[in-house]
Amino acid sequence: MMMPLAYYVGLSAIMFVLGIIGVLVRRNALVVFMSLELMFNAANLLFVAFSAYFQLLTGQIFVFFVMTVAAAEVAVGLALMVEIFRTKHSIDLDQMSEMKG
Amino acid sequence: MTAMDWLVILPVLVLSGWALTVLLVDLWIPAKYKFITPLLTVLGLVVTLGLSLSKFGNPQSAFNGMVVVDGFAIFLDFIFLVSGLGAVALAYRYLRRMGIERCEYYSLLMFSISGMMLMTYANDLIMVFLALELLSIPLYVLAGFVRMEVRSEEAALKYFLLGAFSSGFVLYGIGLIFGATSHTELPAVAAAVGKSSANLPMFIVGAALLLVGFGFKQAAVPFHMWSPDVYQGAPSSVTAFMSIGAKAAGFAALMRVFVAAFPSLSADMSWVLWALSALTMIAGNVIAIAQTNIKRLLAYSSIAQTGYLLMAFVPYGNNQVLGDTVAAMLFYLLAYMLTTLGAWAVIIAVEKNGGEGLELKDYAGLGRRHPLLGAAMTIFMVSLIGVPPTLGFWGKFYLFRTALEGGFVWLALIGLLTSLVSAYYYLRVVVIMYMQAGEPETADDLWLRLVALTCAAAVVLLAFMPGSVLSLAVRAVLQIL
Repeated sequence: MMMPLAYYVGLSAIMFVLGIIGVLVRRNALVVFMSLELMFNAANLLFVAFSAYFQLLTGQIFVFFVMTVAAAEVAVGLALMVEIFRTKHSIDLDQMSEMKG
Repeated sequence: MTAMDWLVILPVLVLSGWALTVLLVDLWIPAKYKFITPLLTVLGLVVTLGLSLSKFGNPQSAFNGMVVVDGFAIFLDFIFLVSGLGAVALAYRYLRRMGIERCEYYSLLMFSISGMMLMTYANDLIMVFLALELLSIPLYVLAGFVRMEVRSEEAALKYFLLGAFSSGFVLYGIGLIFGATSHTELPAVAAAVGKSSANLPMFIVGAALLLVGFGFKQAAVPFHMWSPDVYQGAPSSVTAFMSIGAKAAGFAALMRVFVAAFPSLSADMSWVLWALSALTMIAGNVIAIAQTNIKRLLAYSSIAQTGYLLMAFVPYGNNQVLGDTVAAMLFYLLAYMLTTLGAWAVIIAVEKNGGEGLELKDYAGLGRRHPLLGAAMTIFMVSLIGVPPTLGFWGKFYLFRTALEGGFVWLALIGLLTSLVSAYYYLRVVVIMYMQAGEPETADDLWLRLVALTCAAAVVLLAFMPGSVLSLAVRAVLQIL
């Protein structure tokens, strides 16, 4: 039995909203980063579900691009976090308050 | 895929290939001859500029319509490449002075510019997303270029997290639009919306998510929180480039995607854009009044400029005004580029090591001690307010004209009033430079002076022939594929 499309779209919407909440609520930069990945993967699920539904390859190919881009972002993001941990000994976002105004 | 396709996107290919080459070649350049790297960068940018301009007047599309190289794209490419050249000139001595002379700077700059150029070519939502990431990821690294400085690291992390957050919105928006229309090419999306098979609510949510994502890049209120911190923490030469390039790229995406794919949404979107624009103009200008740090001041000023640009975009669904809208925005982006680049050149000249020399009080006496720099800064501030005889005046004039043509009188009125408010904080810089006593030291840097004076001259001289600049922008718009 095929699962209806609405289930996939619903799941991906829930993942996306959870990701947004995670970014807004959590204070550890790494956890925020994981929430961002959840948002990206929610979109990936959407692409795969729709491209299976429409019998099109566009969405699946897009997913490959997104995974590549996400990997590049991980590389940059983790490097930034390591670097900031070396100077501040913390990656708590509440402590990122050098600048005000 | 034919050889022709590759020829169409030749400028981007050359620039990204050159960025990789410079990254490698730099390894073999001995420390004594490091000036070669910026020289090579300038060479690459100039060649790309020539290749790009040679396509003006000859719109082409390639890769099954995924990219189009038309007048609109080339006009914006010119802005990106010239601001890139400016960023090299600003950085050359500055990086050495700040002790951060590492040559990745130039390669990252070129990667980011190639992403921006790709953004102007993009005619498919997949390309829009890839270009957005290609331009953003190098900027995250550049913002954190001063590794030992906590502020720069913090700026980079904030920019990275919020930038990725906004990319998430763009991506999910594209997913919903794909789901609603089963297409990602912009013209096909527009065509599919008319058919009964399209899922309209999903489509509207998708378009709204895209607007949020682009709003982050342009720093429109309420998506502007990152920009003051990032502008302040990033090295000034990077901030100069970012405030022009990233913003113009955000507008390039907004114009291309909304005009090509969402013309049917204009009735639903116009009040959202109206509110965004009004909020951005008001918040940007009002918060700027309280700033004492020049970098933050310019950050809020650039937020306010986003508001004026959005104001002209509100009537984008009106076919009679559309041409004027895009032309006015291109014109304003050009005026903004020249003005901001010059203003940042002056800021970098006054800046000292370790983040000193960035407060407004450090400008006391600049006008008398360094008359040329003072005069240039005065011109830039006047141009940002939008007072003749400067290019900024004509830019704002055309923006207000399109808003009025579209029938948004109240919005234009808000724009006018907030411009009056902005006069206060821009003129305060001028007053401090000329009326207060002080002996500010400026960096002995020929390139900064060259950039500042060239920009000042361009801002004033071009203001005497706004018609010919505008007609170029109009020609660019007429070639939109």
